[in-house]
Amino acid sequence: MSKCGLEMNKRVLEFQEVTFSYKEKKQGHSVPVLDSLNIHIYDREFITIVGASGSGKSTLFRLITGLEEPAKGQIFINGQVHESRLGQTGYMPQHDLLMPWRTISENAALPLEVKGGHKEEARKKILPLLKEFGLEGMENRFPHELSGGMRQRVSFLRTVLSGSNVLLLDEPFSALDAITRLSMQEWLMTQWEKRKTTIVFITHDVNEALFLSDRIFIFSEKPVCSLQEVKVPLPRPRKLTDLNRPAILELKEDLLEKLRGKVKT
Amino acid sequence: MTSGKGILPAALLIAAFLIIWEAAARGVNMMFILPPPTGILSKLWQLKEPLFFEHLPATLSIIVIGLAISVILGVGIAVWMSISPSVEKAIYPIIISSQMIPIIALAPIFVLWFGYSIWSKVVVTVLITFFPITVNTFDGLKSGSKELKELLLTMGAGKKEIFFKLLIPSALPHFYSGLKVAVTLSVIGAAIGEWLGAQAGLGYFSRRMMTQFDGAAVFAPIVLLSAIGIVLFILVKCIENRSLKWRKIE
Ligand SMILES: Nc1ncnc2c1ncn2[C@@H]1O[C@H](COP(=O)(O)OP(=O)(O)OP(=O)(O)O)[C@@H](O)[C@H]1O
Ligand SMILES: [Mg+2]
Repeated sequence: MSKCGLEMNKRVLEFQEVTFSYKEKKQGHSVPVLDSLNIHIYDREFITIVGASGSGKSTLFRLITGLEEPAKGQIFINGQVHESRLGQTGYMPQHDLLMPWRTISENAALPLEVKGGHKEEARKKILPLLKEFGLEGMENRFPHELSGGMRQRVSFLRTVLSGSNVLLLDEPFSALDAITRLSMQEWLMTQWEKRKTTIVFITHDVNEALFLSDRIFIFSEKPVCSLQEVKVPLPRPRKLTDLNRPAILELKEDLLEKLRGKVKT
Repeated sequence: MTSGKGILPAALLIAAFLIIWEAAARGVNMMFILPPPTGILSKLWQLKEPLFFEHLPATLSIIVIGLAISVILGVGIAVWMSISPSVEKAIYPIIISSQMIPIIALAPIFVLWFGYSIWSKVVVTVLITFFPITVNTFDGLKSGSKELKELLLTMGAGKKEIFFKLLIPSALPHFYSGLKVAVTLSVIGAAIGEWLGAQAGLGYFSRRMMTQFDGAAVFAPIVLLSAIGIVLFILVKCIENRSLKWRKIE
C-alpha cells in the first residue's frame, strides 16, 4: 500500500547534475536540453514523464540508453557508472520499429541474438512468452500482418528480452486507437507487476500517466534543470474507474494546469 | 504482380504485333530484309543443331561468367564503399564516370588485349553489368534505417551485428533490382562482345548471316538471345520472391 516505503529501496537509475545540449553542426550554436538535472528512480517503480513536445523527454532516454553522452554529470544504472551504457537498458522506441523482414519470433529474438545467443535456443525461449503476450500462433507471421496493438506487444516483448531490469518506453501507445490503448495499459500493468522491473514511460496523455504510474515527472522549463514531481495516491491493483476519484480528478486538473502553463512560454 | 490476368494485355499486344508483322512481311515479300515470324521460326528449327549446341552454350557461358564476376565485384565494391567513407569518396566518382565511356568503342581494345578468347567478351559484359549492381547495392546498404540502427546500439550491438542484421537485409531488395537490370544488360553485352570478334556465339552467328543476306537466320539467334534475357530475368525474380518472402504478402 505505502509506496513511500520505496524510498528505502535501492536506486536503479540516477542522474547526478547531468547537463546536456545538442550541438548544431551547421550554425555552430548548441541547443541546451538538460541543465544540472538530478533524478532518482527506485527499484520496481513505474515512472511516467509528461511534458510539452520538444521539452527533452526522448533526449533523456537517449542519455540513459547511452546513445548520447552528457556534457557534465554522471548517470548511474543499478548503482554503477558504466563505461558504455549501450546494452544496459531495454529501450522501446516510439514506433514499434519491428524489422519487416523478420518474423515475429525473429524480431523478438533480436536482443538475444545481439547478446550472442544461439538462434535455436532463442526461439525455444521465446515460444512460451509469445503465448503469454497474446501472440500465440503468430510466431511465423511478418509484422505487417499484425494489428497495431499486437505489434506493440511484440515490441514490448523484444524490450523485455533485453534482460534488463530498467525498461524505457517512449510513447508506446500513442499510435493506437482509444480502446486498444486502454486494454494495452491494463495489460502493461499486469506485465510490470509480474516481471518486477522498473519502467520509465513517456506519454502525452495525463490519464495514462495517472493510471499507470507511482510518480509523474513533468518536464517544464527549457533547459530542464529540475523536475516537478507528482505522486499518484492510488493503491494497486488499480482499475480504470479509480481515475474518477475526486482526489485524482483534482490532481489531473493540477497536472493539466502545469502543462498548459508551459505550452504558452 | 504478374498473375495470369496481369500478362494478358501484354500477350494480346504482342500477338497483334506479330500478326501485323507476318502480314506486312508477306506483302513486301523480301525474305532477306523482312522475314515473317513464321519464317524465322522455321529457320530456328532448321538451324537448331548449330544454334543450340554450338552458339547458345558459347553465349550463355559469357553471360554467366560475366554476371558472376559482376555480382562479386559489384557487391564487394559496394560493401567496401559503405564501410569506409574515404573509399566511397575515391571510388564512387570513378564508377559513375566509367559509365560515360562508350564501352562499344572500347571493345576493340579488349580484343587486342584478350584476343578472340571468351575473356574479351566477358570484359564487355562485366563493364556493362557491374554498374547497376554496385550502385543499387550501395544505395541499399545506405538505406538502413537510422532508428533501427540506434535500437540495435541500445541492445549493445557492434558494427558486425549492425552490418549483418540491419544493413544486409535492407540492401537485399535494392541488390535484386540491380541484378534484374544487369541480367537484361548482360545479353546486350555478350552480343556486342561477339560482334567484335568471335568464333562462336549467337551474336557472332547473327552477324555472319547478315553478310549472307539471310534475314531469317539473322533474326533466329536474336530470338534466342531475347529468350535468354527473359529466362534469366524470371529466374532472378523467382530467387527474389523466395528470399524476400516478407514482401510478397504486402
Ligand atoms: N539530433 C538532434 N540535434 C539537435 N537538436 C535536437 C536533436 N534531437 C532533438 N533536438 C532538440 O532537442 C529538444 C528536445 O527534443 P526531444 O526529442 O527530446 O523532445 P521530446 O520531449 O521527446 O518531444 P516529443 O514529445 O515531440 O517527442 C528539441 O528542441 C529538439 O529540437
Ligand atoms: Mg520524443
